[in-house]
Amino acid sequence: MHPSLPRQPFIVRLACAFGVRGWQMAGLFLAFALIAVPVMHLVVPPESPLHLSTYFITLTGKILCYAIVAVAMDLIWGYGGILSLGHGLFFALGGYAFGMYLMRQIGRDGSYQSDLPDFMVFLDWPELPWFWLGSDSILWVALLVLVVPALIAFIFGYFAFRSRIKGVYFSIITQALTYASMLLFFRNETGFGGNNGFTDFKRILGFSITAPETRVVLFALSALALVATLLLARYLVTSRFGRVLTAIRDAEARVMFIGYDPLWYKLFVWTLSALLCALAGALYVPQVGIINPSEMSVANSIEIAIWVAVGGRGTLIGPVLGAFLVNLAKSWFTVSFPEYWLFFLGTLFIVATLYLPQGVIGLYARLRAGRQRPPGNPTVGAASGAQPS
Amino acid sequence: MSALALPANDNPDWDSGTAELGHVLKPGQLDLSHKVILYLEDITVSFDGFRALNKLSLTIDSGELRCIIGPNGAGKTTMMDVITGKTRPDEGTIFFGQTIDLTRLSEPEIAHIGIGRKFQKPTIFENHTVFENLELAMKTDKRVWRSLFAVLDSAASDRIAETLGLIRLSAHAARPAGLLSHGEKQWLEIGMLLMQEPKLLLLDEPVAGMTDEESERTGELFLSLAGRHSLVVVEHDMAFVRQLGGKVSVLHEGSVLAEGRLEEVQADPRVIEVYLGR
Amino acid sequence: MRKFGLLLGGWLFYVSSLCAAIDPALLAPLAVDDSEKRIAAIAALAQAAPEAALPVLTALADESLAVAGERIVRLDGERVFDAASNREIAPPPAEREPISINNRVRRELAAALAALRLFSSEREVRWQAVQEVAASADAKMLPLLDKALAGETDPAIRNRLRLAHAQASLGSDDPAIRLGAVVALGESSDPKVRQLLLPLTEKRTETWVEADSAVRAAARTSLRAIEQRLAWADNLTRAFTGLSLGSILLLAALGLAITYGVMGVINMAHGELLMVGAYAAWATQSVFRAHLPDLLDWYLLAAIPTGFLAAALVGVLMERVVIRHLYGRPLETLLATWGISLFLMQVARTLFGAQNVEVANPVWMAGGIEVVPNLLLPWNRIMIIAFSIAVLTAVWAMLNLSRLGMFVRAVTQNRAMAGCVGVPTGRVDTLAFGLGAGIAGLGGVALSQIANVGPDMGQGYIVDSFMVVVLGGVGQLAGAVWAALGLGVFTKFLEGWTGAVVAKIIVLVLIIIFIQKRPQGLFALKGRFVDA
Repeated sequence: MHPSLPRQPFIVRLACAFGVRGWQMAGLFLAFALIAVPVMHLVVPPESPLHLSTYFITLTGKILCYAIVAVAMDLIWGYGGILSLGHGLFFALGGYAFGMYLMRQIGRDGSYQSDLPDFMVFLDWPELPWFWLGSDSILWVALLVLVVPALIAFIFGYFAFRSRIKGVYFSIITQALTYASMLLFFRNETGFGGNNGFTDFKRILGFSITAPETRVVLFALSALALVATLLLARYLVTSRFGRVLTAIRDAEARVMFIGYDPLWYKLFVWTLSALLCALAGALYVPQVGIINPSEMSVANSIEIAIWVAVGGRGTLIGPVLGAFLVNLAKSWFTVSFPEYWLFFLGTLFIVATLYLPQGVIGLYARLRAGRQRPPGNPTVGAASGAQPS
Repeated sequence: MSALALPANDNPDWDSGTAELGHVLKPGQLDLSHKVILYLEDITVSFDGFRALNKLSLTIDSGELRCIIGPNGAGKTTMMDVITGKTRPDEGTIFFGQTIDLTRLSEPEIAHIGIGRKFQKPTIFENHTVFENLELAMKTDKRVWRSLFAVLDSAASDRIAETLGLIRLSAHAARPAGLLSHGEKQWLEIGMLLMQEPKLLLLDEPVAGMTDEESERTGELFLSLAGRHSLVVVEHDMAFVRQLGGKVSVLHEGSVLAEGRLEEVQADPRVIEVYLGR
Repeated sequence: MRKFGLLLGGWLFYVSSLCAAIDPALLAPLAVDDSEKRIAAIAALAQAAPEAALPVLTALADESLAVAGERIVRLDGERVFDAASNREIAPPPAEREPISINNRVRRELAAALAALRLFSSEREVRWQAVQEVAASADAKMLPLLDKALAGETDPAIRNRLRLAHAQASLGSDDPAIRLGAVVALGESSDPKVRQLLLPLTEKRTETWVEADSAVRAAARTSLRAIEQRLAWADNLTRAFTGLSLGSILLLAALGLAITYGVMGVINMAHGELLMVGAYAAWATQSVFRAHLPDLLDWYLLAAIPTGFLAAALVGVLMERVVIRHLYGRPLETLLATWGISLFLMQVARTLFGAQNVEVANPVWMAGGIEVVPNLLLPWNRIMIIAFSIAVLTAVWAMLNLSRLGMFVRAVTQNRAMAGCVGVPTGRVDTLAFGLGAGIAGLGGVALSQIANVGPDMGQGYIVDSFMVVVLGGVGQLAGAVWAALGLGVFTKFLEGWTGAVVAKIIVLVLIIIFIQKRPQGLFALKGRFVDA
């Protein structure tokens, strides 16, 4: 009998990736997102202190998408040791792909009352370019959302990993890729609305995109996607695949000399990570209502890394926590003290790398360990299978 | 001491060729029909004009335990790099058995067909437990898809437990490998090599940093492996080389200077000159 | 007109020494209020007595020519000269009526004056004049040009004169003269000549513009020759702008070649160090403007050390406070330095405002050298190329000849060993990083002369600088130089085909592909210690 034949159905093994406590936490979170939030937003009257505002729904929904990106980034960086500065690209590509559908849903309600999206009328284009064909079908667009970024990631990753580009080199190359894409999308001729990108969406599946019910559904979908992402990630990092991945991070040469080909391991996690980002981007665009090339800026991609670093890389709950902490701080700063936000963010980058190598999660673990027993037994590196709860 | 009974593998893909004549080979299968497991012929490697290996020729017999000695910079590590695919030779051929051209294979492929390597500096997965280190090294299908759904069965667990006992790390199975002492790390790496079930083991200074007692045990282990496996040991410790007792090759400036039993090469005036002064 | 006046200063002086007289009969038509007659008179005057006619015609252009009774007089301030004899009339006649001219006459007059100045004894004046004449040469000027050619000795001016002559001959009725002219024009590399010849090869409403087929054929040959020369000049221009872009890239990347290439520190705040240098140049300019307005033109000389020191200081601080603790952890260094870059950007925004500040080019950097008619090399670009060469030489010397350079090389090759033999590795790191940062500051000073200076300026260079270093091969100054110049020239040539944005995208994609093929860059370091 082959040692690696699965004995249980995969779905059971996947479900087992969360322990009992993991499922308790996930259940609590889902109950809140799928039941409490809709009720508190739709049913509870606005005067009540329990009412959740539209601002809350949009902001939290947006951050839920960011959290998915953070988990995706953690898979490749925290576990795989590969710092990508190209995740903003995949996020934006997912957003753009879904944005195409939203643009088509505007129909003749645009300012030019044309079947074509406004920017095409403005550019005097007679018809839809070929890559817009089928963009009025949500199924086709959903396919594009997943396939296009994953394909780009696969091709780029294949050549980069095959050439053994790693470390900072890889970061710089992904940064260049993202930058080149941003320049490309800034051009009007590229066919994605140039500087302005896509905005002024009206409908999704025929429902008004600004209706509270639509918002709640999108919020719930984001929450579900986050839990699913965490479950999948948890399964991955606790499988042998995850152990090989962290082994590649720590001693790639050794991994090769015991017979694993790092190329395919890296490529798998890189492509998966890009795909998750694209999914998050597709959920993000209808909630935020705009997508433009600045999402592909170098700064955005690096910011993703700081969510992960602040939360604690090499853990799964850390990135989620980091995404929430940093983005809540951002929305607070940009409203209250816009001029200090960059000071704060800059300092955060420095402090997180200098003093919080394991992020907030690591800090918490250290404090708890310090309280329980005297120091002297250092924990080694990143805990490869840290608890998601 | 032969505590390590290598289990028969029922998967023919993973099986080795035998030394019988006239057998049919599958592609990629090791052919030991001439009792030679490794041929290095006229290997030259240069780095920016510096010749690390200079027309090096060396053959290792099947089941042999060979020691390689030589002063620093003689090309010992580069030779290992060339065999395991880390460095491509500028000239020359390397054959594993009669048929497998190693210059065409990548590092993982070379590991896969049965060449295991221990590095000069112990290289283990410090963040993984000792058990996981051995599990990762274990001979199995190492492709992505398999590893996604892999489950550790009882036979594999037994095998890991057995190796743990052999390398005396049973008590540390659940500890992160980074917390082991230097000597223990060396043992763990040797253990990982054994889990790979290689035909040929390349060991770069396996007893550096070990106590005399540990080093002697290592020697016993190697001697017990010889015969079923072929071993190439690079070592500076002459006592250890003497304990192993096999044929010794002296490397100097990238080629073989002398070959023979330790006493013979130690008496060779050229070897003495290389070691003692020029 | 003002240029005209300027030229006149030296000119009048020269002419007043000549006392050749003009036949008053020639002058008389100038007083008649009839443009045709005046124009004819101007041409006649210019031909009959080129030297003597000049002051008269100049005065006509300035409207300081007047009719006093029977005589035509020239007014010079309070003094009055007889136009014919060029003698002062004392006392000045009381009654004089200025001659005013219309624009048509003025145009003819300007051409005639330019033609007259062809006979100046000063080379510069003749050179200017021949340019002007060439712009409006026609058949009427032929005798004058013949005369000028006969007397001209300067080869460059003769050349231009011959072209102008040919151009003027095109209007001739004699096909043989036209043919000679077309052949002669073939030696020009002026796009205007191309415009002149082009109609000769075209049909207008079924008839050829040029009736004679031999002339047409010659025109075609000449056009081909001119176009070839123009294409050459175009390519030279591209190569030059490419070189200057390459120098800018080099200046931006040179500091990085030390901090990343040699020390292995990945500094995402490198662009902001450029910004520090540029702001230092701006600050120096402001100080000069406020306290040393006389020396304002030379503020750039003071800005160079200021920019270096300011950026080096920031660099040393960065190294001491942050980077020092992250050696050997490149990915963390990347993030931390990105944080520093955000911080520095906000500092600049807070101190100097979010708007771009204005850094002016000194006067001596304005203008340029015109090598051939459509190849102008601007001074500021030339200066940047020269400056980058100077900085490069200094860096090379610093690394290869100085003690610090030796220490830096020692530390980067084997830190532990260098420490053992007594190299103060910590101090060397700080100094080397400061040096790299200071060079970035120099780059910033240079950039302030050609690019906008603002808080976000650094962001635009960070990707480019890294591309240069990565493409050139880490650890190699020579690699960075070739990569920067190659990228600059290649980008400029590509821009000719595709436009700037697409060229940039293509270049980035090509670099990405190239790096896959050769991860070590153009100039790879090979060896057993180099981990690919």
